[in-house]
Amino acid sequence: MSEHDIALTVNGRAYRATVPARLTLVDFLRDQLRLTGTHAGCEHGVCGACSILVDGRPMRSCLIFAVQADGATITTVEGLAPEPGGLSVLQDCFWETHALQCGFCTPGMLIAAHALLAQNRAPSDEAIRDAIGGNLCRCTGYKQIIEAIKLAATRLQGMNAALGQEATRQDG
Amino acid sequence: MAEQAFRYIAKKRRPKEDRRFIAGAGRFVADLAIPGMVHVALAASPYPFARIRGIDAKAALALPGVRAVLTGAELAAGTEAMMSGLDAPKLRRWPLAHQFARYVGEWVVAVVAESRAVAEDAAELVEIDYEPLTPVTDPEAAMRADAPAIHPEHGSNVLFQKKWVWGPVAEDFAAADQTLSFRARWHRSSTVPIETFGVVAQWDPAQQLLDVWASIQMPKFADQLARALRLSGNGVRVHYDVDVGGSYGVKRGLKHAILAGFLARQLDAPMRLIEDRLENMRGGDAQGPDRIFDMAVAFSRAGIIRSLKIRALDDCGAHAGRAPLQLGKPVGAICGPYRVNSVEYEAISVTTNKTPQEAVRGFGQAPTNFALETAVDRVAAALGMDRLALRRANLIRHDEFPYTIPSGSSYDSGDYHAVLEKALAAADHPALVARRDAARRAGKLAGIGVATCLEPSGGNSAFEPLFNPKNETTTWMEACSVKIDAAGAIVVSMNTSSAGQGHETLAATVVGEVLECEPESIRVVRADSLSALPSNSPVGSRMAIMLGGAAAGAAKKLKATITEIGAHKLGAAVGDVEYRDGAVSLRADPAKKISWEAIAEIAHRKFHELPPGMEPGLQATHVLEVPTGGSLPGPDGRVQMYPCYAFEVHVVYAEIDRITGQVTLGPYVVGHDCGTMINPDIVHGMTYGGIAHGIGAALYERFRYDDTGQFLSGTFMDYLMPSAHEVPDVAIVDHCTPSPLTVFGQKGSGEAGYLGAPAAISCAVNDALAPLGLSIAELPMTPGLLGDLIAAENKA
Repeated sequence: MSEHDIALTVNGRAYRATVPARLTLVDFLRDQLRLTGTHAGCEHGVCGACSILVDGRPMRSCLIFAVQADGATITTVEGLAPEPGGLSVLQDCFWETHALQCGFCTPGMLIAAHALLAQNRAPSDEAIRDAIGGNLCRCTGYKQIIEAIKLAATRLQGMNAALGQEATRQDG
Repeated sequence: MAEQAFRYIAKKRRPKEDRRFIAGAGRFVADLAIPGMVHVALAASPYPFARIRGIDAKAALALPGVRAVLTGAELAAGTEAMMSGLDAPKLRRWPLAHQFARYVGEWVVAVVAESRAVAEDAAELVEIDYEPLTPVTDPEAAMRADAPAIHPEHGSNVLFQKKWVWGPVAEDFAAADQTLSFRARWHRSSTVPIETFGVVAQWDPAQQLLDVWASIQMPKFADQLARALRLSGNGVRVHYDVDVGGSYGVKRGLKHAILAGFLARQLDAPMRLIEDRLENMRGGDAQGPDRIFDMAVAFSRAGIIRSLKIRALDDCGAHAGRAPLQLGKPVGAICGPYRVNSVEYEAISVTTNKTPQEAVRGFGQAPTNFALETAVDRVAAALGMDRLALRRANLIRHDEFPYTIPSGSSYDSGDYHAVLEKALAAADHPALVARRDAARRAGKLAGIGVATCLEPSGGNSAFEPLFNPKNETTTWMEACSVKIDAAGAIVVSMNTSSAGQGHETLAATVVGEVLECEPESIRVVRADSLSALPSNSPVGSRMAIMLGGAAAGAAKKLKATITEIGAHKLGAAVGDVEYRDGAVSLRADPAKKISWEAIAEIAHRKFHELPPGMEPGLQATHVLEVPTGGSLPGPDGRVQMYPCYAFEVHVVYAEIDRITGQVTLGPYVVGHDCGTMINPDIVHGMTYGGIAHGIGAALYERFRYDDTGQFLSGTFMDYLMPSAHEVPDVAIVDHCTPSPLTVFGQKGSGEAGYLGAPAAISCAVNDALAPLGLSIAELPMTPGLLGDLIAAENKA
């Protein structure tokens, strides 16, 4: 089994590691970095529980080998909060609408929704369904997840508007 | 207690447990890492039925990193056979196949290695010599006298067969204006949680104690594990603070835990067995009911249903387990929410060479409800009567509760007509009809489905003695303890694990309600099996009733103690003081009060200020027997199965694509009455999720086998579960008929979405097919099945 040296950034922290060629990224994140928030649900790229951001784009970490992540910048669910112990607006909205039950698919859902909101500030219901369409949830029937993402979009727009007003006042 | 009288119950409140999950900080079993932990992989049978002639593990053992290889013969010698729910002692089963492999995917050899990857490599190197045998794959063929015996010692492939007659069935059929009969088919699907099953076990030789962390939802798990491993009950400690990544019934995992526990002890190493997806789908022993219903109905010209004959043949797969009992729970709601005078029920469980069945959400009630609602629709069609009018004419009326059905169970309360009308109004049924008719004029296949369902709740488990008279279980209790420390902080201890049902929120809300303090301030912890009080785990839609009732009971005892301490300190009689917001004051002079903190301090530090004879500290325990529980079935099988009955009406609009057979759903409205909702967001969430699960069972999900017994649905590309694209926006209309049997009027919830959705969708699809003269009583109605049906009709 060949081994490879990799260097990557995960949640803002730089890591160097030597990994077997066949080690998947999800196993690397969970077992070697002990970032267990990313979950392995099917390990064949369908359920989306292992979703992470690779250079800002949502990807399935079960379909990527750790060696392929050499040089990448990765965000996992543990990296979504603005500060340790805190919650992002999106995470807080998931709590507000009870957008989860068992919590197993939740990290992948948060990653998919985070990536959507970074691209689309006012997503339609259809756009939200598309964005989480590759993430299976067996508990919620998706309704409260869609509500959470819509609520987050509204709150983020409100925050942006408030920031804009603040900037205008300072300019004036 | 009226709903508006509640302070925290029935209010929108953020669930306590959500926060750790949105932070990615859940504690799932696969997240555990114990130094020195080793990993299990399985070599599984490629044959549906074969004799195991020999096993050669030399190459596997030679692989660097491999610690051990375990065969079924070794495991069978070292452990007790697993128990089944039936009185069938010759049905023997171990976690690894012993002598025979009886289904594709059955675990034959376990390999332990320093990493999961090496264990998998080694499992592929194990050489197993099989002698293939003729498999049995069809449940009706399995019953024939000449069918190969899957468990030869048992003598037959019939595991259970019994017919009950409740009331004058023969007379009612003879006297009926009309009768009809039909066959309905519910194919094999399951709950398929996104987290597979997993277990970690660690043996401590110094203490002679096995520690177990597992993603379980199973009553009496620790007891059965200890028994199988030949340990005393206090030799196993199951940790209930493991977050379970979804279960909905199936996460029993006894065989996994026996295997891991045995290996942990034998190798003296922490043992980790986490199923991969294929192991879960084929070897996890977690597939669901697989039923053929033969239904007969006797009814009047006016549409009054008098009598039912139900024959349910269930294919439970290669081993019995508890699966046959899933034919038993429906006895408690055998005629659904309808007034039916008499019922005949024949339940048959057979074994075939397929993956064993496990408990699935509703424990057999969803298939039965599909068959019942199909029967109601067939009666309407036979009479040319409106389906809604027929239901209105047969539903039990609000003034008839408590209502005892022919099979002996009494329904506690309900207002079925009100819920039906509410749901129809919310769906704007006349507008739906207009939309359907316009769609049909435009050449589309459009239909409306309406289905009712009952959710028997409270988990009395009376099907155990009903199906096995040697099992005299008449209690299915649940316990809770509450303590208040010297500074006044509250800790609630529950005695089981959870899989997303929000039990920490439930317990905190109930205790907060009784003690009149903010639930957010209450810490909820989980005992392990050695420190736990009795629990029967969250099965049978029971926790709102049972944990809610036990937590309220413990909190009420504490409230009484606090009141007594306060009265004593005030020098007053208990009757002259009042408990409010945690403080105790004189009724006559409310300014004279003793604070919560002062009372906690008295209880913990000032014995001299306690009422004489009172024990110090502030703690209380309550063990709750199931309401209406406590008695065995009568000789005719009449039994009070569950205490509380929630009710739902599903209304759904569907269109079928004529070419692809794809069904598009929505609008979808549910009228739901589960009494008082402790936390509405949690109840609604489980209802939405149950409907999504029901959509899967109705349209997509099926564990398929070919005629030779090969398993064809081992991945999420073959076993199709609804995504956000397939699940429509569901609207819930709440109704509240409190249960007279529970402390806050609550009933169970969590299953009703799944119990009603398949019936409603089937009803809608059949309504859409009716203009073609087609009907179908088979689930799942996959796009392929519907497309072929429509194409054949077009050709004809």
